[in-house]
Amino acid sequence: MKKSILILFFLGLCTHMSAQDLMEILDEETPQHTEYISATFKGTRIINGHSIENRKKGVLEFLISHRFGRINDGIDEFFGLDDSNIRFALEYALTDNLMFGVGRSSFEKTYDGFVKYKLLKQATGKKPFPLSVSLFGSAAWKTLKDYDPEDKPDFSDRLFYTTQVLMARKFNENLSLQLSPTYVHRNSVKIDADPHDIFAVGAGGRYKISKRVSVNAEYFYTVNPLKSVNTKDVFALSVDIETGGHVFQLMLSNALTMIEKAFITETTDDFFSGDIHFGFNISRAFHLGKKHRRIPDEGEQEW
Amino acid sequence: MQIRSIIILIFIGWHSLLFPQEKYLTKQGNISFYSHTPVEDIKAENKQVLSIVDLSTGEIAISILMKSFVFEKALMQEHFNENYVESDKFPKATFTGKIQNLQEVMSGDNGVAEVDGKLTIHGITKPVQIEARTDTENEKISLTGKFMITVADYDIKIPAIVRNNIAREVEVSFKLEHLPYR
Repeated sequence: MKKSILILFFLGLCTHMSAQDLMEILDEETPQHTEYISATFKGTRIINGHSIENRKKGVLEFLISHRFGRINDGIDEFFGLDDSNIRFALEYALTDNLMFGVGRSSFEKTYDGFVKYKLLKQATGKKPFPLSVSLFGSAAWKTLKDYDPEDKPDFSDRLFYTTQVLMARKFNENLSLQLSPTYVHRNSVKIDADPHDIFAVGAGGRYKISKRVSVNAEYFYTVNPLKSVNTKDVFALSVDIETGGHVFQLMLSNALTMIEKAFITETTDDFFSGDIHFGFNISRAFHLGKKHRRIPDEGEQEW
Repeated sequence: MQIRSIIILIFIGWHSLLFPQEKYLTKQGNISFYSHTPVEDIKAENKQVLSIVDLSTGEIAISILMKSFVFEKALMQEHFNENYVESDKFPKATFTGKIQNLQEVMSGDNGVAEVDGKLTIHGITKPVQIEARTDTENEKISLTGKFMITVADYDIKIPAIVRNNIAREVEVSFKLEHLPYR
């Protein structure tokens, strides 16, 4: 009796190949592949410093950054807003992994150019990898004529180089952290005691508080700071708001400038004594080198 | 004990002779969606859809990896996965259903299969009715068609700022060319 029940049971199993069983077959047949983690950070900057993120191939980003004066200058300076430093930049992604940019800062009338390459990408699946690594290199050319006309420095004396290895991990949907060992080389220094080569390490992160808003923090520790000026480590807090093709970053920081050699090695304000600057980065992405359905008179609207 | 197992095996074997497996599978199914508004047209295509159809019962199952949808613009794709369908939380969309007029379709009287089933997107399951044109060519069984889905039905929130850019209803097209499974 038991036997026949068993047999009937087996027969029953065979006849009813339900949709759920079909779904199990699909799960088994799903090919294993490596999935790269996307959107570790929203922008190409954490706050002041670069994040591991690049723009995707063919995207041209127009970046406008402002850093105002010190908030603790009070009402006479309208809490720093009377004084502003600006950097305009055009940044273009040649491939998904390689981007470069050129910028011009009003602070010391400095031009800068950079290259960023995504070396390794955090991944899950077939070939998992725990973190993303990007290489960053930039050169800055100071054109402010702050020298004695008798003693005009030549072009190379006014150059600064920055090299960074950016290492980040997206721990979960909301939390991403980055470590940024940094090397800054100055072709010329003010006094002999000033180091030509400065080493620093940055740490930064973001936490998403909603789908389109995140809070970020960033700190750079300088190992061997300049001697001629009393410099401070740079600290910043920001809120990132994303709306379609725009990313707005609103920040508070003791940095006055927006390029690595300056904010990492030349910051003199002390965040924790209230020398805080309000600032923002606004970026607009344009898609180049792709077919447009409409005439690209202005930026293609994103969602 | 052994005799028992043998009997069972014979029954199962005999059974599968009577009802041969008629499952057809594809791993390169094509599903795309299209959102049209006066401001912008958005299109995304997924060429790695898994689909299986059992012709003995008319059951169909489809599995769609959300991250495999490719958009014209990389930023759209990122926003689609991050902000709209939340692919990390809900990596797959699935469909399970049954061909209602299986006999008509199998006999060749009707080239259009009426499929009733359940569509799950963004963790929300809704009943759907889809018409699929069926073509049989050699060993290949293909299902093609299109249907509309309402974005709000699947709890996918569209913020006010892009409301004019994304259609409330998007058109989903599918082309699934199945080959015999095993």
